Amino acid sequence: MPIQQQSFDVIIVGGGGAGLRAALQLSQANKRVAVISKVFPTRSHTVSAQGGINAALGNTDGRDDWRWHMYDTIVGSDYLGDQDAIEYMCQHAPEAVYELEHMGMPFSRNQQGKIYQRAFGGQTQDFGGDLVHRTCAAADRTGHALLHTLYQQNIKSKTIFFSEWYAVDLIQDEQQNVTGVLAIDIASGTLGVFSAQATVLATGGAGQIFYTTTNAYTNTGDGLGMVLRANLPLQDMEMWQFHPTGVLGAGVLITEAARGEGGYLINNKNERYMERYAPHLKDLSCRDVVSRCSMIEIREGRGVGSEGDHVLLKLDHLDAKVLNEKLPGIVALAKTFAGVDPSKEPIPVTPTCHYMMGGIPTDRFGQVVKLNAQGEDECVRGLYAAGECASVSVHGANRLGANSLLDIVVFGRSVGVAIISSLEQNKQQASPITEAQIEAASQRILRLRKTQEGEQVAHLRTVMQKIMQEHFGVFRTEEVMAEGLVQLKAVYQRVGHTKLSDTSQTFNTELIEALELENLILVAMASAELALARQESRGAHARIDFPNRDDENWFKHSLYYIDGKQGQRPVNMRPSMVDPFPLKERKY
Amino acid sequence: MNTDLYHVSVYRFNPEVDKKPYMKNYQVKASDCKGVMVLDLLEAIKQHHDPTLSFRRSCGEGVCGSDGMNINGKNGLACITPLSDLEGKVIKLRPLLSFPVVRDLIVDLSQFYKQYESVQPYLQNDTMPAKENVQSYEERKVLDGLYECILCACCTSSCPSSWWNMDKFLGPSALLWACRFIMDSRDTETMARLEDLQGLYRLFRCRGVGMCRDVCPKGLNPTQAIHDIREKMLRDAV
Repeated sequence: MPIQQQSFDVIIVGGGGAGLRAALQLSQANKRVAVISKVFPTRSHTVSAQGGINAALGNTDGRDDWRWHMYDTIVGSDYLGDQDAIEYMCQHAPEAVYELEHMGMPFSRNQQGKIYQRAFGGQTQDFGGDLVHRTCAAADRTGHALLHTLYQQNIKSKTIFFSEWYAVDLIQDEQQNVTGVLAIDIASGTLGVFSAQATVLATGGAGQIFYTTTNAYTNTGDGLGMVLRANLPLQDMEMWQFHPTGVLGAGVLITEAARGEGGYLINNKNERYMERYAPHLKDLSCRDVVSRCSMIEIREGRGVGSEGDHVLLKLDHLDAKVLNEKLPGIVALAKTFAGVDPSKEPIPVTPTCHYMMGGIPTDRFGQVVKLNAQGEDECVRGLYAAGECASVSVHGANRLGANSLLDIVVFGRSVGVAIISSLEQNKQQASPITEAQIEAASQRILRLRKTQEGEQVAHLRTVMQKIMQEHFGVFRTEEVMAEGLVQLKAVYQRVGHTKLSDTSQTFNTELIEALELENLILVAMASAELALARQESRGAHARIDFPNRDDENWFKHSLYYIDGKQGQRPVNMRPSMVDPFPLKERKY
Repeated sequence: MNTDLYHVSVYRFNPEVDKKPYMKNYQVKASDCKGVMVLDLLEAIKQHHDPTLSFRRSCGEGVCGSDGMNINGKNGLACITPLSDLEGKVIKLRPLLSFPVVRDLIVDLSQFYKQYESVQPYLQNDTMPAKENVQSYEERKVLDGLYECILCACCTSSCPSSWWNMDKFLGPSALLWACRFIMDSRDTETMARLEDLQGLYRLFRCRGVGMCRDVCPKGLNPTQAIHDIREKMLRDAV
């Protein structure tokens, strides 16, 4: 059966915050934009963000400055963040937040009727001074409020949605330019080709490479797999954030806002141990720092429980009004998933995989970059990326809490703006897609549909997740990682031989999970290989055998290609409005 | 309930092979479940018994609204319904009733989304300040209990008025969203929104049964919201 082709100005893969913000910019400029989303857009993982979105509004403290925010973000990234992109994000944060408010986002309010702002990790005044209240919040449901608002605005601006369509692979011409996407309608099993002058990947994270994660089942790194298969690199994939407060066992997130509102962590001696490690910011130090401290407590025998495998998040000293008004969602989550009422007893928590700092390398405008023969950045024509799947890079080696929602709206918008100007400069249509190009993009589906013998998808996924969990956690060593990589390579081979039990066309979720697993294993391989290669400790990448940051050898982005080849890119130190922030030791 | 082994009966229907739907029984080892929720049970069936079982899921923590289904006769989200809360020998899982079944536990929500879109669920106000709109603490507090809907459709699927008039009555979820914008101090189209809900069906088919409130996994109360819209209509004399 011939595959149906549809043509648009722009295709966006992913209906989370970044995709929807980009779509809105384009729809409002009357571009024909199609959003391909494997779930109905409001089911995207942005919906799970709890604590807030950073912007230097100064609504609580009366003073704040985007330069302070920029400084905090750079230091938080352990200097691996690109300073041009961080500058752009922090400078445009207030505007981005006001814009969301104007769209109707139901932010919580302070007594003056302004947007409520709370304290969050690693956020300071005066370049490392006192804590600042910079995180704009809608109770502890900020992601929900943001995602629904963006979806609603897209309804208003008549964006075209292909809901429950799954993007399989990019379509490329002979010059590696991206001319479209092959996707499958999950409900009917029908394949479709979407061609456009610009394709935006906004496919989110890939936390499902780990066994325990705060991430949704659907965070499977689809855009990352597509990019690797298109022979383009991924960047900084060794940088995985472990959130200090995932509910023990379930992995469900308890927002950093719990500590921002006054909660703190204790060990089995009832000691507030963060005071000992980080006397200045204590429990509101950066996430990588707090997670490492919790793991040290656990490893040194001060963990809680019969296994001594977790710590406790204490909230019972907080005013009932604070819990009910500012943290209602986590009160419910703690009851459901930990069986505790946080107003009466502490919540058992442990560092849990939460966020992927690395991703598809892009420039400040969201255009995907590759290295040319001279090792210089070169844009990939027709391809953009934004949000968690992208590495622009504003998060470097460690993301600040509440900078992810900011990232998705600022760069979702800037991708839209960049595409509009590119479409206006370049009126020519994308080159027509050939049968051979479609066939190249359909290979994975064709294999899965005809394979008779092989292994089952869900089982292999679990095997991979357990390897990553055991070998690539908060603390890493050469020996443990090398062993993990050997096991992972074996799984990688086996994933090439999965077999479907489900041969139906109608809503074949096993088929989708098989395609997702092929992306996950690539992401896991990239993460493992780059983690083993980076012989230093920086941000979330903490090596016991290389405990210090090594700026001389490792102050650079790392790149990974599908054939296992690695490369490097320099960190951008060229902000345009301020002097670059020089490298210093991080202290909280 | 014997917690070593779960007895589960799941609604199965694949339009490509089945003439009609049927219930299929599984005995699932508790040790095969990664967690303690109904969703963990479904994942265990898919991994250890039958990879063809189809259901939606995403966040796994009750905020995305993907896995609304009928659990032992009551609508709820599989990911936040603890297995230990379920009574009876056999756990019965069925798709959300009143929607067309696509396959197994997956229903077609097109009509539900259409109703949602028809209430113009977006803020309308043409004049915006340079910074944020000032909205008092009290004005914002009015939106609590209105904005948190996750579009899981548990309520609309439980509503008898929706069963009879799915195409004409908006249903509890869409009306909750309507209320969220009617009550927002920043919205300037309140009167037009109220006007839009006039007539025999769109709003007024609600009979106050309250099933929506009883099943809402987020603890929201669409019945009250519908009541509040009616009261506002009277007070503002549309």
